[in-house]
Amino acid sequence: MLSLIRGRVKMLAIAALVVLLIIIPLQGNAYYTSVLIIIGIHAIVTVGLCLLMGYTGQVSLGQAAFYGLGAYIAAVLSKTYHLNPWLAMAVAIIATAAFAFAIGFPIFRLRGNYLAMATLGLGIIIWILFRELDWITGGQPGFLDIPTLSIGGFAFDSDLSFYYLVWGFCIAVMFISQNIVNSRIGRAMRAIRDSESASQSLGINTIMVKAKILALSAAYAALAGSLYAYYVGFIDPPPFGFLFSIRLVAMAVVGGLASIWGAIFGAATVRLLTEFLHPFGDIDTVLFGLLLMVIIILSPQGVTRGLGDIWRRLSRRLSPS
Amino acid sequence: MKKVVFIALALILVIGIMPFTACGGAEEEYKIGAVLGITGFNSALGEPEKQTLEMLEEAINDAGGINGKNVKIIIYDTETDSTTCFTATKRLIEQDNVLAIIGASSSGVTMAILDTVTDAEVPLVSLAASDQIIKPVEERYWIFKTPQTNSMVVARVYDYLSDQGISEVALITASDGFGALGLEELKDVASTWGMTIVADESFDPDDTDMTTQLAVIKGKNPEAVICWGTNKGSAVIADNMKDLAMEMPLVMSHGIANRDFIDLAGEAANGVIFPAGKLLVTEQLPDDDPQKDVLLAYKADFEYLYGEGNVDTFGGHAWDAFTLITDAIQSLVDEGKEVDRAGIRDKLESAELVGISGIFNMSSTDHLGLTPDCLVLVEIVDGEWTLAEE
Repeated sequence: MLSLIRGRVKMLAIAALVVLLIIIPLQGNAYYTSVLIIIGIHAIVTVGLCLLMGYTGQVSLGQAAFYGLGAYIAAVLSKTYHLNPWLAMAVAIIATAAFAFAIGFPIFRLRGNYLAMATLGLGIIIWILFRELDWITGGQPGFLDIPTLSIGGFAFDSDLSFYYLVWGFCIAVMFISQNIVNSRIGRAMRAIRDSESASQSLGINTIMVKAKILALSAAYAALAGSLYAYYVGFIDPPPFGFLFSIRLVAMAVVGGLASIWGAIFGAATVRLLTEFLHPFGDIDTVLFGLLLMVIIILSPQGVTRGLGDIWRRLSRRLSPS
Repeated sequence: MKKVVFIALALILVIGIMPFTACGGAEEEYKIGAVLGITGFNSALGEPEKQTLEMLEEAINDAGGINGKNVKIIIYDTETDSTTCFTATKRLIEQDNVLAIIGASSSGVTMAILDTVTDAEVPLVSLAASDQIIKPVEERYWIFKTPQTNSMVVARVYDYLSDQGISEVALITASDGFGALGLEELKDVASTWGMTIVADESFDPDDTDMTTQLAVIKGKNPEAVICWGTNKGSAVIADNMKDLAMEMPLVMSHGIANRDFIDLAGEAANGVIFPAGKLLVTEQLPDDDPQKDVLLAYKADFEYLYGEGNVDTFGGHAWDAFTLITDAIQSLVDEGKEVDRAGIRDKLESAELVGISGIFNMSSTDHLGLTPDCLVLVEIVDGEWTLAEE
């Protein structure tokens, strides 16, 4: 009974979120809309990281590399080789996922800090390639005039239309992830997180599961990256560097590592903090770090869980006992 | 039901904590936005730019603003990241409702906002070097910039060398972005200046020894060596050339136009010649130089506020951008026209200004308006910058 009610509350919360997402951009301020688009894009990457880190227990400090691969492959194919942007996006997602799957086998022989170092290294190597393969990627000065997405005669060239596109993808990614978590492979993921040896003894091919999840998270990142490239119309290496990998981990942690929907809150909190702190000039980075620390100390399970706790406490106080 | 309402409220709270700022009806002041790389990779550029803008804002308002109306500069940090610069620019346009935008500090970050400002029809004055920012000019209707371009620096170098009767040169360029852009331009225009490139070597800016490449160059016996890189690698080149007893003139790029190069190269820095903005040798300029008074004043003001010897070229680019925009507003006010974004753009396109980076003569075909003679050649003599004789 209790779980049924909780399930219904969750459905209602999701419905509320969707309604809210539809209404918000109608306020007409293109700045808010553009920030929400960036949040949606980052949330897609963060969900993948939550699956990998929160559910499967595998660290990745190189997620920005997959995000960048998606952006660069989509951009180069659609601009330089005049491929249809949707097709370029599909190629970017498949190629990045295949790359991640292949690299998963050697990399997941490592655990803990060593795995963290390996993913860190992978991220840096790919970032250097973005910068140095300048005849393909445009190098440090960047890659300009990326075409935008369109269906039939309708081009997603306004903030509003792109907003609905990004959040449509984002909600779809959320539902896919939720289903994966509740499936057989989802149980295998949690088993690996809790004890790798125990799950091996139960007959789970742990390396295969981990490689698959890495490939999935890379596919999400590539989807987000290509959306970013089509939205801004310009890419250069800095947004795909090591710092962004760290920021993604921060988003996942703030949202709650083992929480699919928390990814949205994590991405939103981190991005809004950055936006909110713009006017503080050169101390914004310091304040950003401080606020993140406060959030983690007050609510170590992430913002979603923290809000849940507040709600439980409130409802206990309100209920006539 | 209560729970649902609560959850909905919580959602609104988290998603809705937008940085609300008051947006008044009638504008009380002239608002100019700036997106600068104050932190991150380009902080060496963004910091003096920010300091300059703050200094100028205070100065103009202390003097009564523009016809009694204050100028307000709104500065956002791009963290040298194009995503952050992108949203910051949207914010300046949509939320702060600025008349014009200054920035960004570097080429890559500027590229990320070209479409945004063009679509929103807001004039942008960039502080970045790349030529691509303002070309092709038909597509860059709303975009202007103030720093000298690479092609001007190269033209200045070749001009100097041909004056010296030199026609056979050896190139040694850094393998980073700065060196690559220099090399491309050096090769492209060599023939128009009658230059023959007898050797073309490159170096990793982090290497500590470049005698191998220099030995190759020495074997080709060029009349001069042109080195394109920033401080560290260039200092090693200067040092290694002394070791190899290579006596021919060594010409370098504007990438070494700061004290660090002299500190790194020490004795070997002497005799190195490079093109730079006039700010480096302000006191030595002839009194009839039209820029001298402006340069002296900027240097004195900046160093009074931020410390002796701290004035640099990047802050100068911001000075030019700020002055171009406020002059445009001033002339709109003087003519009794409405001060809006389109008006400022039109004034920028016909602007004439004796500035820090040079003497600007903007036109509808040139959104920079500088000529190569805004650069002077500087020779390092006894560890000091000296205006080279030409």
